[in-house]
Amino acid sequence: MNTPNTYMAGPDEDGRFGIFGGRFVAETLMPLILEVEKYFNEAKDDPAFKKQVAGYLKQYVGRPSPLYFAERFTEHCGGAKIYFKREDLNHTGAHKINSCVAQILLAKRMGKKRIIAETGAGQHGVATATVCALFGLECVIFMGATDIERQQPNVFRMKLLGAEVRPVTAGAGTLKDAMNEALRDWVANVHDTYYLIGTVAGPHPYPVMVREFQKIIGEEVREQIMEQEGRLPDTLIACVGGGSNAMGLFYPFLDDRNVQIIGVEAAGLGVDTDEHAASLTGGRPGVLHGNRTYLLQDDDGQIEEAHSISAGLDYPGIGPEHSWLFEQGRVEYHSITDDEAVASFQLCTKLEGIIPALESSHALAEAEKMAKTMSKDKIIVVNMSGRGDKDVNTIAKAMGTVL
Amino acid sequence: MSQTRIAKRFEILKAEGRSAFVTFVTAGDPDLETSKKLLSGMAKAGADILEIGMPFSDPMADGPAIQLGSQRALAAGMTLKGVLSLVSDLRQSDDETPIVLMGYYNPIYSYGVDKFLNDAKAAGVDGFIVVDLPPEEEREFAIPAKEAGLDFIYLTTPTADDERLEKIGRRASGFIYYVSITGVTGTASATSSDVAAAVKRIKNTSDLPVAIGFGINTPAQAQEMASVSDAAVVGSAIVKKIAGNLDENGKAKAGLVDDVLSYVSELAGGVKAAKA
Repeated sequence: MNTPNTYMAGPDEDGRFGIFGGRFVAETLMPLILEVEKYFNEAKDDPAFKKQVAGYLKQYVGRPSPLYFAERFTEHCGGAKIYFKREDLNHTGAHKINSCVAQILLAKRMGKKRIIAETGAGQHGVATATVCALFGLECVIFMGATDIERQQPNVFRMKLLGAEVRPVTAGAGTLKDAMNEALRDWVANVHDTYYLIGTVAGPHPYPVMVREFQKIIGEEVREQIMEQEGRLPDTLIACVGGGSNAMGLFYPFLDDRNVQIIGVEAAGLGVDTDEHAASLTGGRPGVLHGNRTYLLQDDDGQIEEAHSISAGLDYPGIGPEHSWLFEQGRVEYHSITDDEAVASFQLCTKLEGIIPALESSHALAEAEKMAKTMSKDKIIVVNMSGRGDKDVNTIAKAMGTVL
Repeated sequence: MSQTRIAKRFEILKAEGRSAFVTFVTAGDPDLETSKKLLSGMAKAGADILEIGMPFSDPMADGPAIQLGSQRALAAGMTLKGVLSLVSDLRQSDDETPIVLMGYYNPIYSYGVDKFLNDAKAAGVDGFIVVDLPPEEEREFAIPAKEAGLDFIYLTTPTADDERLEKIGRRASGFIYYVSITGVTGTASATSSDVAAAVKRIKNTSDLPVAIGFGINTPAQAQEMASVSDAAVVGSAIVKKIAGNLDENGKAKAGLVDDVLSYVSELAGGVKAAKA
């Protein structure tokens, strides 16, 4: 395969990263998708818009988020130095807010009055409900019935923030079904509604737009690690469901060929079982939710249900740019099981006094594995994409504890 | 190229001075045998064109009725290969009624576009409606389909401006399907005056027949829509009739086929009563 001069040039004007991405949506949505693209292209180069976003990120979200040297976690692993990028310290407790602040400002520019979003773990739903409260916009969050059950604290937070949470009972009642239902709502309400997609997936321009709004994570890491270590890290690790926290961290480093980049998929009960969410490891290219990407599907092209203990990773697809980076070989994709993630969750909580999100715990578990194989002068940066308060019930259940 | 079944059918109907009645059901809903009986009785019951759903796990543009129909068909074992073999069977006894397959792109992509077009043509399919393939993605399937001599039927919607209608009109083949509401299938209904205005706009961009769908639930609505267009499509309402004839285990009751076909006859009566 030819190695491109840069990994940072995509997507092309059709929204493609190689063969991945695109605009596979119902005709009703096309005019609006094109309008979103037009507004995004204008806004991203508009100094006034950039200043507005930067202001909210600093004063409201609390950026920059720290890059923290996890000394005891490092000692425990007994190898490379491990740093945490503390997205869990953002307002609302995860990286999702970065893109929400920017997208809500875009929706306002477009004159939209009503915001819809899908959510899995509820982090994106909470972040969306938060910015809707901040700007006084109507907010409807689509959430799978199964996810509502396992993420009760976040459901209540969304309601407190004034959002309507619509349970989706179709399919397995998880993120994929919530996204279907959000798309159906959007088709019916295109005139006044903006669909605030939480990840680097969906029809063009969403994958590039969300990446642009999340890449601040990696940009900050570059500066912070230069300040603290005087050099770039050897390895970056982030969990991947749709893949927005990972794209945010990875993108600014894609052309630093000496930086190893690892995305961590959710292996659920194991990638050799039917119960996992590792689309790159266990899927093949297909078309769903507006883009071509790797998908978990059967021989007939029917989409399969994903499984992960972490609701935020419980999706049978992945952002198209990840599929491209995977095929290019620029990013390695590994996988971590439910049990490994739960163990790292507990370890991090005890050693560092940081309760990580179950999603981020997948990245932590991979860091544990990698650090052991690396010498002490090496540096790993793990994206601590969110905090785990929302997961306490799930962990209790996994540990057999009744709360 | 010889005239396609779709073109021929519209030509005959034009000579008769009436619009076409297009029925939609999903292949294999609620099971293969019942579905075969339903589809082979449709033309006699008054359907002029058969639109047959290729079931998909994630029908993003469909409302609850068609979602459930799709799920029933998949649960009963329908596959894309099964859809084509069903079409082959129908063609044994009816070589004239146009058959249009409707669905989503992933099963086709998974099957392989070229192989699918070959097999569909051999089975006797005349055209396709693929919901998640707008003109922007025409290289994927619409262009290869037309090159294979099969029609790719574009959808157009109330959200399209003149420029977009032009874009679709230039590319369309077979007929143009006007989605009369902004919404998923089987929900709201449009007014005939809005639809008449839209049809006029579409006709400025293309000479092809214009079909109206989404939200036609009664013979009266079918008549109304047929009177301002070249074809009326009824889907969700028929699929709901199927659902209403299932027992508590989701199996077809004895009277299902008769009940659904007599409803199709009523709807056809509405269309035939319309002035084209």
